[in-house]
Amino acid sequence: MTEPARAREKHVVATLAEMPPGSRKLVTIGTREIALFNIDGEFFAVLDRCPHQKGSLCKGQLIGLVESEEPGRYRFSRPQQIVRCPWHGWEFDLRTGQSRVDPSSIRVRPYAVEVTDGAALKEGPYRAEVFDVAVENQYVVISL
Amino acid sequence: MLDPANSGIILRRIRNSNEFVVVTTAAPTFAKAPASPLPAGGICCDLHPGVQSNDVLLPYLEDYWADTVVQRGVHALDTIGYPVNAPLTCRPDWRIAGAKPGTSLERVQADALDTFGLSHAIANCIYGVQLLFSEDMAKAFARAINSWIAAEWLAKEPRLRASIVVPTQSPEFAAEEIDYWAQDKRFVQVLMIVMDEMPLGRRNYWPIYEAAARNGLPVGIHAGSAYKNPVTPVGWPSYLVEDYGAQSLAFQSMTTSLICEGVFQKFPDLKVVFLESGVTWLPAHLWRLTKFWRGMRSEIPWVTEPPWEVARRHIRLSAQPLDLPDGEAAAATLERICEHMRSDEMFLFATDYPHWQYDGMQALPAGLSQDLIRKMMIDNPRATYPRL
Amino acid sequence: MTPPTVQVLDRNDTAKPAANTLAIADCDVHVVPGDQKKELFPFLEKRWQDYMATYGMRPRQGYANGPAYPKGQPNAARRDAYPPGGMPGSSLTFMREQHLDPLNVQMAVLNPLRTGQGMQNLEFATAFSRAINDWQVAEWTSKEPRTKASVVVTYEDTPAAVKEIEARAGDPNFVQVLLLSRSAEPFGQKRYWDMFEAAAAAGLPVGIHAFGYGGAPVTGGGWPSYYLEEMIGHAQCQQALLMSLVMEGVFERCPDLKIVLVEAGFAWLPSLCWRMDKLWERMRDEIPHVKRRPSDYVRDQVWLTTQPMEEPEFKPHLLDVVKWIGWDRLLFATDYPHWDFDHPDHALQVRVTEEQQNKFFLQNAMDLYKPRPVA
Repeated sequence: MTEPARAREKHVVATLAEMPPGSRKLVTIGTREIALFNIDGEFFAVLDRCPHQKGSLCKGQLIGLVESEEPGRYRFSRPQQIVRCPWHGWEFDLRTGQSRVDPSSIRVRPYAVEVTDGAALKEGPYRAEVFDVAVENQYVVISL
Repeated sequence: MLDPANSGIILRRIRNSNEFVVVTTAAPTFAKAPASPLPAGGICCDLHPGVQSNDVLLPYLEDYWADTVVQRGVHALDTIGYPVNAPLTCRPDWRIAGAKPGTSLERVQADALDTFGLSHAIANCIYGVQLLFSEDMAKAFARAINSWIAAEWLAKEPRLRASIVVPTQSPEFAAEEIDYWAQDKRFVQVLMIVMDEMPLGRRNYWPIYEAAARNGLPVGIHAGSAYKNPVTPVGWPSYLVEDYGAQSLAFQSMTTSLICEGVFQKFPDLKVVFLESGVTWLPAHLWRLTKFWRGMRSEIPWVTEPPWEVARRHIRLSAQPLDLPDGEAAAATLERICEHMRSDEMFLFATDYPHWQYDGMQALPAGLSQDLIRKMMIDNPRATYPRL
Repeated sequence: MTPPTVQVLDRNDTAKPAANTLAIADCDVHVVPGDQKKELFPFLEKRWQDYMATYGMRPRQGYANGPAYPKGQPNAARRDAYPPGGMPGSSLTFMREQHLDPLNVQMAVLNPLRTGQGMQNLEFATAFSRAINDWQVAEWTSKEPRTKASVVVTYEDTPAAVKEIEARAGDPNFVQVLLLSRSAEPFGQKRYWDMFEAAAAAGLPVGIHAFGYGGAPVTGGGWPSYYLEEMIGHAQCQQALLMSLVMEGVFERCPDLKIVLVEAGFAWLPSLCWRMDKLWERMRDEIPHVKRRPSDYVRDQVWLTTQPMEEPEFKPHLLDVVKWIGWDRLLFATDYPHWDFDHPDHALQVRVTEEQQNKFFLQNAMDLYKPRPVA
């Protein structure tokens, strides 16, 4: 009964060199616009459409996770790992895509990101039309 | 606007789905029909015993304060919110010759308890204790009023229950007053007014909520102002009609305050009952509050679920006055408002005796479903007030 | 399997063209002078330039450099609405590219907020308001025919407000008079009547925008703790002033007066009207000057901009509310460039007829404001 696992499409979207820590980039894969972030060396990618009114999350500010055990107590953690929609301020966890305001029902689609050596890219199954993939470089790859 | 013909069109949500069907009410003409039959044993959640003057309280005031009242000529604490002779203050057929409205137990029994076939009614004494600036005088008057209610009303009429009047000027004194009267099971809730010195969610008032929660009592918040702020957010109006109209705006603001300040996170078992608040503003207000909360929740991170969920669990409203369109659209609109709230458990029946909100037996709009009537008159009050 | 195409894009700030996009009127757009010295000072006497530099604006609130409640976002603006090097709402070029063109805005009603309104020094306020009005014409309406200005007036000084309204009457650059909702006293009171009469005589609707500096707490029971609460409170402010206009007899005195309540949503209106009608019947003897049912005046003389549109749990419930109000009374607004912006493609999350859509997004506003070309 097991279906063959569908191979995830992998897309080369940037060179590592162009995306230093703290940078972000809007990338388009087919019809999808995806917001890509490098936060302290770790890459995150989410669909660039807030589920509310389709604001561009790529233009949102990165904030920390604010939680509270009781009124008047503020616990601040995971700085920069929450993106806040530039329009209405809805918050999304970049790791899971879950909304902080209603995690059970509101989320934005997250995508897996990895950094891959040029040598591996040469072997496929990737294709990078706009890059001259060089063996000695590293690349940012999003899996759909 | 608000054409009754238009208002009769109903979008009815299919339970547990996001589908809806359009139902056009074929306009049954019950505008002038007799009121919906009310089930026996209903519970009135808002009824007002009147204080004729400070004289009736003198026996219940401590010596120093009784002497003060006499020596300084302390006036009756009636407020400008309910001028004795204003139409809203008392229904014509409920007026008592030569006395203030609501001051006669016999009339309360005849006009309200018997007429509406009530099993219980909760007496909420609206006498301007909260307006005083001296917290000591407020404490003395609150104690006197509660003592007077216990002796002159509760002891004489077993169907009556009462709310504990508290001196909110000092939350510490208020908590003491709650602990004192909570031992008497005929006191079923704590009573505050909607416009006090600061918004009711503020931590200043938490000792009151803590005491209420500790004693398993809901907190009733009644229309009225301490008149320490302008009654509207844009200043003092010219007319009583605006003052009274603005009460529902203050209830909106206090819904915001209680939820945003995290009162219900701090006191998860607490129920708050809005009294004489109007009810139909509720869903629209919560739609707005929830929308902004989604954007600003990091300012109040203790609120971790949509405000409308919090409201459904913790807030109840007494259903007089009913801000509804006239005539046949009234019942359909009230049921529609319940649909908007996605709950029929929030509204509580009230006669609002002796205030003139309706005539005859029309305390509920004609044509309301028997199911909703029963919920409002019996099930919802019982679920709200553990002591009933 | 064909290998997927890989494309790399930098975010282009100029959004896509408006082809096939619904045409809208945007009844609440906020503009500020990009460079006060260059743009505004030519219209402001030297005395007041100096006054501002020495004493500041001094509204009825405590802080000199910002609002009483810090906003949810800097300048209460969308994070993506900053033109290069400038403040949100300060660049016509950027606004065209980001907003007017892609959203197919046929008419944008400009509501400047950082003006003299609410300043304690009324003479300064009047001079500043007048300068803001001249500036709107110089920098916006004369350059971009889709934009229409609001006559900013010092509403706490009624004679000055009347004078400014009369000065702009008949000028096709302006489509309304602008007030802020949080006035010193409820707007129905006698001291403001001449201003409403002047607006009616000039054929200008009066837009009353949320916010302001009246000095009273934003709730009838004191000052709340949080910005979120203040934001919510603007709906109560609009309800209070509408009740005042009705009950103090302004609509009865001025049957030609048209009021637009701006930026406080609209779903609260039906309940308020039901409440007012009941109270009017009960206490007519207190207000004999109010001859008709309150909801009749509202039906005839009041419009509301839609933003921030209420978002019900079950979206179609909003249709009940619109039906109770009337499809012809609501004027779509985005509140660009502010953070609680409503996008025309996504804000109204229910299915409506083409006619309803056209009224809601465009025609109601055109019928009310009747914009004319500037000769």
